Amino acid sequence: MFPLVPDLISEELNLIVALLLGIAFGFILEQAGFSSSRRLAGLFYGYDFTVLRVFFTAGVTAMCGVLLLDFFGILDTNFIYINPTYLYPAILGGAIMGLGFVIGGYCPGTSVCAAAIGKIDAMVFVAGGLLGVYLFGEGYPLYHDFYTGSFLGNIRIFDSLGMSQGMFALLLIAMAVGAFYFTSKIEQKVNAEAESFTFNKKHHAIAGGSVLALGVALVFMPNHKERILSEVMKSDYIKNHPVKEMTSDELAFRILDKDPRLQIIDLRDTSEFNRMTLPGAVNIQRDQLFQKEFSNILGQSHKKKVFIANSEVDEREAALLSNEIGYENLYVLCDGVHDFVSAILTLQQPASKPKVCEFQVLFAGTNSKPMEQHPDARYIADTERFRAKASGEILTMIKEAKEKPVKKITLVKKVAGGC
Amino acid sequence: MKTNYMNPYLAGFFLGLVLLATIVITGRGLGASGALKSTVVAAVTSVAPHHAESSSFFSENLKSLHENPLKTWLVFEVIGVIIGGFLSGVVSDRLSLKIEGGPKVKNSFRLLFALIGGALFGIGAQFGRGCTSGAALSGMAVLSTDGIITMMAIFGMGYAVAYFLRKLWI
Repeated sequence: MFPLVPDLISEELNLIVALLLGIAFGFILEQAGFSSSRRLAGLFYGYDFTVLRVFFTAGVTAMCGVLLLDFFGILDTNFIYINPTYLYPAILGGAIMGLGFVIGGYCPGTSVCAAAIGKIDAMVFVAGGLLGVYLFGEGYPLYHDFYTGSFLGNIRIFDSLGMSQGMFALLLIAMAVGAFYFTSKIEQKVNAEAESFTFNKKHHAIAGGSVLALGVALVFMPNHKERILSEVMKSDYIKNHPVKEMTSDELAFRILDKDPRLQIIDLRDTSEFNRMTLPGAVNIQRDQLFQKEFSNILGQSHKKKVFIANSEVDEREAALLSNEIGYENLYVLCDGVHDFVSAILTLQQPASKPKVCEFQVLFAGTNSKPMEQHPDARYIADTERFRAKASGEILTMIKEAKEKPVKKITLVKKVAGGC
Repeated sequence: MKTNYMNPYLAGFFLGLVLLATIVITGRGLGASGALKSTVVAAVTSVAPHHAESSSFFSENLKSLHENPLKTWLVFEVIGVIIGGFLSGVVSDRLSLKIEGGPKVKNSFRLLFALIGGALFGIGAQFGRGCTSGAALSGMAVLSTDGIITMMAIFGMGYAVAYFLRKLWI
């Protein structure tokens, strides 16, 4: 459902939203005391840990919110802006900023806020910031390669560390709460008038305990995608959840008919897809079903989405996953691509063979109702005639589709972000 | 240090909610240094358009920002920060023109160091693709590796050099 941008909020309205959120941001920064360079710099000298407290509490709060909303499927984290990681520029940039923080006593956000209440040093800091960006721009060709190098993708920290996101969240919360406790002790030693003397011990202990408990809970809350995956991957799930089936003959008929309400989804990997696929098929692999980029294909509820893969089990898995994600009108191709190839394209199956999805035979046992128990002679003749015609025409369509340039999928725009 | 500032944890909690609201509504995080960049790009483009065109940094950013680099999300957000900070100053009676720095630092030095610190932040935020807000805080909220690395680099370097610069603050 969320985020609302860019689907539901126009660019202009988004700017108004930016202004309002900025007002809240600035108001809270000032109320927290971030408009004072003495206070900010205190972080590095142990006399005032306000920055640490506000910064980490804010980070932990927002992180917990993102994880909870993701768990309940309210916020689509595939869609939000994840800062790209350019490893060495990030380290160098951070180091330069750290130096600038101690020398200047502000960071850009806090300097703007401090300038707003009349701090002249903050106004000068902002001017310095503009100068810095200008200098960076003038020297850009010198370090262009460095700046755009060591790109690792829009990676997430829990993947980098090889742990679950919930486990990382718990670690971060534990680190934050531990840091809050010990820095208060330091502050009280260094500064006889430290703010932490005034804190209500009981309330702070309860708050710290609650957020730690939330952290433990987060360990057991996989993200939306993991949750759906683990649900559908349970051994009996596929057996117990029926999926609409389409036989090779029906699919062939719809292809020949150029059915506008047909959308074939090829789940096989890209190399197989490129070698041969059915006319009009789109290549979406299982894990890509979760990506918002493909939602404009999978989300067309008036179209029959037919999943094709090498095995019907793969198709069913994908159909059930898509169903859990919230897509509808989903079909699987009986017995997979090979059945279509042998029945229609290469005409290696006798039309007299009663058409039953193999999956039903394997799992559904005696309850299965074959579509044609005893095909009569006329039916067999019709089927043979149809297949002979379909074989040639579909092979031609496949060949033509291969020669044409691949239709580009119009991807849904990702949110642009960053500084 | 007697203050009438908000309890920092409470302030952090509210700040976190604002950041969360930002992510939920717009899909992106908060920021600040990006507005500086937009301002510089706009200024260079209007003062020296030929120079801006021939420089890869300014022309690339002009292309990626907008036809008007000041009509961007972060510029509006930072205008909001100014308004919000000012309102808070009014509410808590903290509006006054003054220079604030360490107890042993002359005003002229304080301003010089504020300029140098600002310039370093301007440069660093370009390399880091965001500052304390855009890269470290917002990056941490969405658990990006970049956010955590940038945050550790900022605070790690801060502590590494703090001792040598202690005369500025204590």
